Amino acid sequence: MTYIRTFLNIIALPLILLAIWFVSTLGETSFFVPTPQALVETFFETWTSERFVSDVFPSLGRLMIGIVLSILIGIGAGLLIGSFRWLRALLEPTLEFFRAIPPPVLIPVIMLLIGIGDEMKVSVIVLGAVWPILLNTIEGVRSMDEVLADTSRTYGMNKINSVRYLILPSAMPQIMAGIRQSLSIALILMVISEMFASTEGLGFAIVQFQRSFAIPEMWSGIVLLGLIGVILSFIFQLAERWILGWYHGLREIEQAA
Amino acid sequence: MTDERARPGRRSRGKAPLDRDAEIHRLHRWESSAATDRRGGDIRRHTDVSTSAALDIPTRPDPAAPLSSVAQSGATGRATTSGPGRARRRRRRGLGTKALGAAGVVGMLLTWELLPLTGLVNARFLPPAHEAIGGLITNFGLTDFWVAVGDTMQAWAVGMIIAVVLATVLGFIIGSSTFLRRFTNSTIEFLRPVPSVALIPLAVLLFGVGIESSLMLIVYACFWQVLIQVLYGVADVDAVAMNTARSYGLGPFARMRYVTFPTALPYVMTGIRLAAAVALILAITAQLIIGTPGLGAEIASAQSGGNYISMYALVLATGLLGVLINLAMRIIERKILSWHSSVRTEVAA
Repeated sequence: MTYIRTFLNIIALPLILLAIWFVSTLGETSFFVPTPQALVETFFETWTSERFVSDVFPSLGRLMIGIVLSILIGIGAGLLIGSFRWLRALLEPTLEFFRAIPPPVLIPVIMLLIGIGDEMKVSVIVLGAVWPILLNTIEGVRSMDEVLADTSRTYGMNKINSVRYLILPSAMPQIMAGIRQSLSIALILMVISEMFASTEGLGFAIVQFQRSFAIPEMWSGIVLLGLIGVILSFIFQLAERWILGWYHGLREIEQAA
Repeated sequence: MTDERARPGRRSRGKAPLDRDAEIHRLHRWESSAATDRRGGDIRRHTDVSTSAALDIPTRPDPAAPLSSVAQSGATGRATTSGPGRARRRRRRGLGTKALGAAGVVGMLLTWELLPLTGLVNARFLPPAHEAIGGLITNFGLTDFWVAVGDTMQAWAVGMIIAVVLATVLGFIIGSSTFLRRFTNSTIEFLRPVPSVALIPLAVLLFGVGIESSLMLIVYACFWQVLIQVLYGVADVDAVAMNTARSYGLGPFARMRYVTFPTALPYVMTGIRLAAAVALILAITAQLIIGTPGLGAEIASAQSGGNYISMYALVLATGLLGVLINLAMRIIERKILSWHSSVRTEVAA
């Protein structure tokens, strides 16, 4: 019974919205809004053919490389900067300024410096997505429990072990919060960098559809981008549950006590 | 009357009020002198750990107590990480931190200045720092620049206001009903990760290059940021406080005003602060890609016109704008939440 209710709760509103969409496009054919059936048809027509290989695949590849690089650079530099007080004091104002620059304005700059190839798009993604991870790692390392740090020092833990068993786990909740922000920024920058100067990719394809007034195709592109966003956040939630399982368990015990 | 009985100087009840006050005063002095004795060595020993927050949360200092009162050092007797004592300690260290931070900025500018000189990058594509900063200062005297800033800020402000009002109202309505929360959860979780820039082509089709298309993007992106925070905040209401309010006969609106709203306000402010940064990003993006007038459009035209110094000056300007918006939002948050314990315990240095 409870399962049925949960299931109804999950699908009721989407079904109602779909029904409204279906009914409202039933009568006259609007130029801007395709009917649900037409959209589903175009979606499969447009994105399952060779376009998937030529546009979606390179976009996703760049997105993945960008995200992985941001995570590696962000955590690495963050551990380094967070561990030394003088380094943190030295770099913090500069980093705050770089983070405050809206990442899309870096696209023209990087286009000048690197060109318009794949490197440009990946660097744009990294330069935009690295800040939340970097700053959250610094903050996580900084706010580490001093008793734990003292204890591990007293027990003679060496540098590598203390990074692996003390600093990384205690900063992990903050780091994951940073990665969550970075994912959405990375996706946005992937699209924008392709809209700017490109001959292939999802962003390019969608703008192309819009310029040639291929409205159902454009909508199908928007839906595809939405799906990618949803899938990314779903994967992230799985990863977070796996990596931070111990942390959520600890929180639950603390709150129950 | 009942109030008097609850006071600590209870034994002296019946004496003249003046006597009782003197007694309290004496006790307080005794306490504070003991506290300073006990802390004498402590402060020095704990200067370095003043950043560890974890231990001292339960021993929150009383901001109204005198500087030397025991209330400043908490129940453990060691110097707390907050309170005036920390402010004093931080001020001493603050100078060094600021000097280092300034050194970092100067070092970054020097690197930028020297990079084109070494020939590592083409000086035409990366002009030295002093030229870009000079360009920025020239911009400060130009009307066109301020018009562009005004356009950007207008899109930012209008988009923010629409998104915040919509999200707060809807968030309170959805959040205060368990049924609505369950009913809308799947839809919200599905729509939230949809990247707002996916809507750019749609915005162009519907509104062209007008300000409405940047508003559409800003509102869509900021709405979810604020809505999620409002939902968290409304869900965080203390059950005991809610039941107390209900048994005291507070109506639904009074409960909303005096229980739910204060609980949710810190979350709402977090949402607004995040949304402010996102709104600026999208305002600039819309101008850069669609061509809505503003700083982004100026950057695009400077780049395509080969006016690279002006382009770097404008990029610096957007960075400054971002820093200013962040600072302003933090100050506003602090002002609005000045009553909240998380703000009260961290005394500004």
